[in-house]
Amino acid sequence: MPKTIFRGGVRELLKEGGAQLVDVLPSEEYAESHLPGAINIPLKELNRETTARLRRDEPVIVYCHDYL
Amino acid sequence: MSPRAAWRLEGLGFSEVYDYAPSKVDWFAAGLPMEGTLASVPTVGDVARRDVPTCTPAEKVGEVYGRVRGTSWDRCVVVNEERVVLGLLREKDLASDPEATAEEAMRFGPTTVRPDTPTGKMVERMRKRGTAFVLVTTPDGELVGLMYRETAEHMSDEQA
Repeated sequence: MPKTIFRGGVRELLKEGGAQLVDVLPSEEYAESHLPGAINIPLKELNRETTARLRRDEPVIVYCHDYL
Repeated sequence: MSPRAAWRLEGLGFSEVYDYAPSKVDWFAAGLPMEGTLASVPTVGDVARRDVPTCTPAEKVGEVYGRVRGTSWDRCVVVNEERVVLGLLREKDLASDPEATAEEAMRFGPTTVRPDTPTGKMVERMRKRGTAFVLVTTPDGELVGLMYRETAEHMSDEQA
């Protein structure tokens, strides 16, 4: 089950190293603004091929725009 | 959207998946770094003075005034141990009863804005309301600094 994480937790995981940030917004929104180092895989495009570049043995943090 | 993405990733075999539910709005509102085309837009967080004096609610107004008077500041932000903004002491408040505590003399709940607010937009709002300064805090209420409208206006003029 995915775990909900908050800002402090994200910062800790990033500080520890290895965590991968995935922005699941449409590419136009990603181009405007995203977290440093995040890669863009829009929700509609999340599949085996697009996620092949992610390391399966490291944490993955997903985010979008806000809570909604 | 991110919860669905997190579940999808688990379904694809990723074992350690986290959903940063408050997402990028929360990150940027806390004044944390941004990448992308909007990263070059000046924000309130860029202009805010982080050296604004602070005091605790229990400090005596006289002591606070003594500390602030020796600086270029004429106000002091009252914060708790987490640096969360509780109130503001303006010059008039600082010059009031020196034996009163900051909590007794402060103005409660000053208006605050987030550091990722574009400077131009903020200046426009402040002009309309005739506001000279605004406190900048994270979404959790933690003090980032104080932005003077005049400073932001100068910056906008220089960039124009």
